[in-house]
Amino acid sequence: MSKIIASAAIRGAHSIFGKTTEKLARAKESFGSEHAIELPNTGYYLPVIYGLTGEKVEKLSDMDRVLTYAQELLPEVPSEHLWLPYLGTTLDAGIATLLTEECHEALNYLDNDPTPVTDLWLGAADDVIMRAKGVEFVDGSAPGFAAVVGAAPDSETAVRLAREMQEKMLYVFMAGHDNGVSFGEQLETEGIQLGWDTRLVPFGKEVYSQIYSIGFATRAAMAFGGVQPGDYERILAYNKSRVFAFVLALGEVTDEWYATAAGAISYGFPTIATSDIPQILPTGVCTYEHVVSNITCGELVQKAIEVRGLKIKVTELPIPVAYGPAFEGERVRKEDTHAEAGGQKSEAFEWLRTLDAADITDGKVEVVGPELDEIEEGSLIPLAIVVDVAGRKMQSDFEAVVERQFHHLMNFAEGVLHMGQRDLIWIRISKAAVSKGFRLHHLGDILHAKILDQFEAIVDKVQVTIYTDAEKVTEIRQKALLTYAQRDERMAGLTDDTVDTFYSCSLCQSFAPSHVCVVTPERLGLCGAYNWLDAKASNELNPSGPNQPIAKGACLNELSGEWAGVNTFIEQTSGGAVERMTCYSLMDNPMTSCGCFMVIIALMPMCNGVMLVNREYPGMTPSGMKFSTLAGMVGGGVQAPGFMGIGRGYISSKKFMSAEGGLARVVWMPKELKDAMRASLADRLDEMGDPGFLDKIADESVGETEDAVLEFISNNGHPALTMDPIF
Amino acid sequence: MSDDKKRTFDPDVVSIDPTAAEMLKIAEDCEISTVFQRADSIKPCSTGAGGGCCKLCAMGPCRLIGKHDRGVCGADRETVAARNFLRQVAAGAAAHSDHGRDVALTLRAIASGEVEDGTIADTVKLAKVAGYMGIDVAGKDANTLAVEVADCALAQFGQQTGELVYIGRAPEKRQELWRSLGVVPRGIDREVVEAMHRTHAGTDQNYKTLLDGAIKCSLASGWGGSMLATDLQDILYGTPTPVRSSANLGVLSEDKVNILIHGHEPLLASMILDATSEPEMLELAKSLGATGINVAGICCTANESLMRKGVPPAGNMLHQELAILTGAVEAMVVDVQCIFQGLTEVADHFHTKLISSSPKACVGDSEQIVVDEHRPREAARQIVRSAVENFANRKEVHIPNVSEPLVAGFSHEYIRYMLGGTMRASLTPLNENIVNGRIRGVAAVVGCSSPRSVQDYAVVNVVRELIANNVLVVVTGCAAITSGKHGLLTPETMAFAGESLAEICETIGIPPVLHMGSCVDNSRILTVLTDMAATGGLGDDIAGLPAVALSPEWFSEKALEIATYAAGSGAHVIFGGVGSPVANSEVVSTYMIDGWTERYGGSLRFIKEPQDMVVATLDLIDNARKALKIDVAAERVLFDMDMRRELSV
Repeated sequence: MSKIIASAAIRGAHSIFGKTTEKLARAKESFGSEHAIELPNTGYYLPVIYGLTGEKVEKLSDMDRVLTYAQELLPEVPSEHLWLPYLGTTLDAGIATLLTEECHEALNYLDNDPTPVTDLWLGAADDVIMRAKGVEFVDGSAPGFAAVVGAAPDSETAVRLAREMQEKMLYVFMAGHDNGVSFGEQLETEGIQLGWDTRLVPFGKEVYSQIYSIGFATRAAMAFGGVQPGDYERILAYNKSRVFAFVLALGEVTDEWYATAAGAISYGFPTIATSDIPQILPTGVCTYEHVVSNITCGELVQKAIEVRGLKIKVTELPIPVAYGPAFEGERVRKEDTHAEAGGQKSEAFEWLRTLDAADITDGKVEVVGPELDEIEEGSLIPLAIVVDVAGRKMQSDFEAVVERQFHHLMNFAEGVLHMGQRDLIWIRISKAAVSKGFRLHHLGDILHAKILDQFEAIVDKVQVTIYTDAEKVTEIRQKALLTYAQRDERMAGLTDDTVDTFYSCSLCQSFAPSHVCVVTPERLGLCGAYNWLDAKASNELNPSGPNQPIAKGACLNELSGEWAGVNTFIEQTSGGAVERMTCYSLMDNPMTSCGCFMVIIALMPMCNGVMLVNREYPGMTPSGMKFSTLAGMVGGGVQAPGFMGIGRGYISSKKFMSAEGGLARVVWMPKELKDAMRASLADRLDEMGDPGFLDKIADESVGETEDAVLEFISNNGHPALTMDPIF
Repeated sequence: MSDDKKRTFDPDVVSIDPTAAEMLKIAEDCEISTVFQRADSIKPCSTGAGGGCCKLCAMGPCRLIGKHDRGVCGADRETVAARNFLRQVAAGAAAHSDHGRDVALTLRAIASGEVEDGTIADTVKLAKVAGYMGIDVAGKDANTLAVEVADCALAQFGQQTGELVYIGRAPEKRQELWRSLGVVPRGIDREVVEAMHRTHAGTDQNYKTLLDGAIKCSLASGWGGSMLATDLQDILYGTPTPVRSSANLGVLSEDKVNILIHGHEPLLASMILDATSEPEMLELAKSLGATGINVAGICCTANESLMRKGVPPAGNMLHQELAILTGAVEAMVVDVQCIFQGLTEVADHFHTKLISSSPKACVGDSEQIVVDEHRPREAARQIVRSAVENFANRKEVHIPNVSEPLVAGFSHEYIRYMLGGTMRASLTPLNENIVNGRIRGVAAVVGCSSPRSVQDYAVVNVVRELIANNVLVVVTGCAAITSGKHGLLTPETMAFAGESLAEICETIGIPPVLHMGSCVDNSRILTVLTDMAATGGLGDDIAGLPAVALSPEWFSEKALEIATYAAGSGAHVIFGGVGSPVANSEVVSTYMIDGWTERYGGSLRFIKEPQDMVVATLDLIDNARKALKIDVAAERVLFDMDMRRELSV
């Protein structure tokens, strides 16, 4: 730590501490010491404080303990001569800053000074966002985040930087301003879509709001890494090794910026600055350098990635628009649309088929029918996207796996909106994209390049034909429909009993080191992203990768789904932590969970059943806990009978909790989940002989207490009450 | 003193510290003999110096020189050299370990409530030490736990079989090696006794097994008595953190009562320090015309008090007589080890009261105020009162206006803290910057000061050269005070460090030379080296680390014992100044270098000139770097998702 930096950071820490102490005193005066304080919808209290110290801040007076601790950490500014060591004390000042800033920002939610959420600023990320986006950090689709402080020299540069980071798949967390101008405002001025979906996230105007970046990172360690609150060593080590984030300081670095950056360094997040401030190059706390300065905006992102030690694989695509997951969430509004297809307004579909290698010219992209520049602005067109592949290891089972990637692959292009799959797709291409030269054949170029890249182990050749000729589209669709039907038949016949091999999934072991998913044909991964076929294909792609085959071995218990081979595998991969695991039971050695699950099953003892809650549901549940709190109990790779994380698709499986009696055990679920599942559950309800069963399940309109649920199901003849005791 | 000697002795060349010449001229004027003059007039016995004299039995003494390759009993040069060496090591181990025993007894007395106002300063360290000892901490108050810790510590001394509990703190690989070589100490006292037995006439007569005996005996101190002394002193008086102070005779005060504490133990010194701030004492001092009471230190009592309380060292061991020559010292309180009987002669010429406080170290006809460890405060008050009253007897005062500011207080715990703060404390940044070459290696410059070489010359030059070559230096004992006196312990000294080491100093805010404590605190260095091996990137043992220990101006048996436990722990050790105590046997000299390297991964060699010591140090460091494959710059590794999964969290 340069002495100049140390001195500035320590001064900044004292300054923020002073402001926060005063703010808290004012809040206590206005609202009383016992007034509740919280950040929106999180089970982690004030997450940085909770993670690093284990303190649960629930009311204003709880902040006293935190600030007392922060004050103990606050050191003196190093003397001019004969100074005492300052690196350790400055890092302490940084931690004190983070603890203090989190109090400061939480208080904004109470005193609205300033209002934490505005048209531009989003304020704290709640647990729903943290879990949904956290998964992207888990599977690598988001390699890290940039915490941007200050502002670019001008808004065009801001856009360029933002686009560059989006293309590198990074999240951009914005807070702080440079002499009144902020990066977020610069992007807004240029009409850039901001928000979690585009990975451009403006937290707040003051640098203190960067605490939400740190809060996100801290929760990732607890939610996905199973780190216990208060275990600061592991929270910080987890972030250094897993969450590849960095700070970009754009503009004049103030004392308070230094203080915040000092806090980030303890997390292993270095600072890269545009201004000519001192550097800290020796390594040790971060992976490489700690502060690198005087970097031009042109080199900034590349430098930051190198300093953080991040390897980002970006396939360069020959297309005239930006490309990356950050553009997946971008909307194309009707008035901005140049051409539209599908959406039940025109005939449109996408189809991948396997041909003989001899019949494919790799890289050939053909558009049959008019191109985008040959049609009028605002046209509705028929569209068929037919991708032919060949490969020695290609199997018909993998066709659907690869085809399902079309959605992401096309949606990642700036100005392309893609939804749905098969013949239910809906595509829009924006005027802006077309004016930049984007054409339909570029969709083909994207699919060719990305399929070869992502599936290189199974696909050797790819050619793409895009039809906009109405007759051709209709003609080929008939063939595609046959394929879809064959695939459905195959899937229906694919049951746990008909295969010998399950697959493990340890994709998120980077985040949840002790958890291993077992993916079976009838139970998909709990994140919902991987079914059995995906896992099989993934194993083919990368034989030593995160999806390993598990020979089922002897069946030990048909009802609860316990196999000798699965037990052996789990025992080995969990290092002996888990010795037995069932696939279909909630109570008897249930599968462990990482933190990425879509839905949590929780026991409702009075009702002799269970409740389901999806991660999007922010409210209280009859278990007395919100999703976020329940998630804390379920995650981290430990078996917790009575609680389990699952993927949505498992709810409609015949094997859903079959050991406990299956779907009939469900007594409560949020209305939104019920509605979303209605269609896929229809067959199952018919089999149960109770087509109206879903309406016997209570939801939030009935109540959020188990008593209310019990009364409701008693009045509605819910089967759970007459079933065997669940435990 | 004869006229001849007066002619040859030149006060200007015996030290590079200007205060030495200044005070030695006063001594000459007053016709007072000092260690410097005596060293000039008494030449060392050349046979004894090289370990060639055997006086173990009345058949001798036998001098194995010239044509005499065997003693009367037939013992050869190798046996005699190794036997003498082992006896020296045993004496050193006994001194350090007995010091540790006394600390354990004090801890037990305080924890049992037998000492008035006795308190435990560092309960965090107490819990940590209990952990090392396998003592369950849960639900115990500090005193209960401290009694258990003290009992366990005391049991180490008398233990007859098994292994010392601290052996378990060494790197796993080292423990296995020791076990396989049969050198794991069983009990501290037992190993010293065995060393004495082994060296009795007609017992062990094989230089290799004698030297294994030396290793085992020294380990009983390094990983036993010394380490316990450090740990238990930290529990009692606090684990050091950086403090500012200054060093050299200029820290004595012209207008305050000066009390000098000298020796090796912190107990009485700490009580004296407390007593000097009592209003009663201050008023007494004022009534006698003094403006206050000043406590300064000599030797390792100075280091102990400096590390924890910032007490300024007035000088290293060779300054003990010079300090009294200022005429400004009202009392010099001595405890144990490295105290010259010559002090009595010097003190007689001045008003200075020489007070010996240890029942096992009465110095000549000095006043004895033996400290009852159960009532140390009483003794401390008596000493302070006596010193203050003596201020009235002060006559002419001559205090050199020379002192240098310094920063000291680098315990293992603080080094971890300073590299990562409260929440990221570890040695990782140290290891990583050794791996990336910013820090070429680490050198411990330790030990004494000796009148057989120019005072401070070797230590200062070795330290300066090493930091200029990007070697991070830690210092203990008198070498630490020497470094302080010459301004090497200030953070500003980084200006003289090599560019990349200076960058590290700038990053952390440290001097390139870290004061780690007294000579008993060399155990702190063992702990740091073990932690470095555990932290990763530099192998998995102390042997192989790019680290070297040096004692450029050694004189005592304790120094040889430290050298031996360092070598036995896997470190290469270089001793300077006077020649080798085993020089009479080429075979033994070579075996301590090559044989020990092969057997223990560490070695002990004797190199006279500072420049040669530096060259050898850099060679050893560079060889270690090469063996670790960190002699060439590593490429920057960028991590993708799969690689991150491999990282530990």
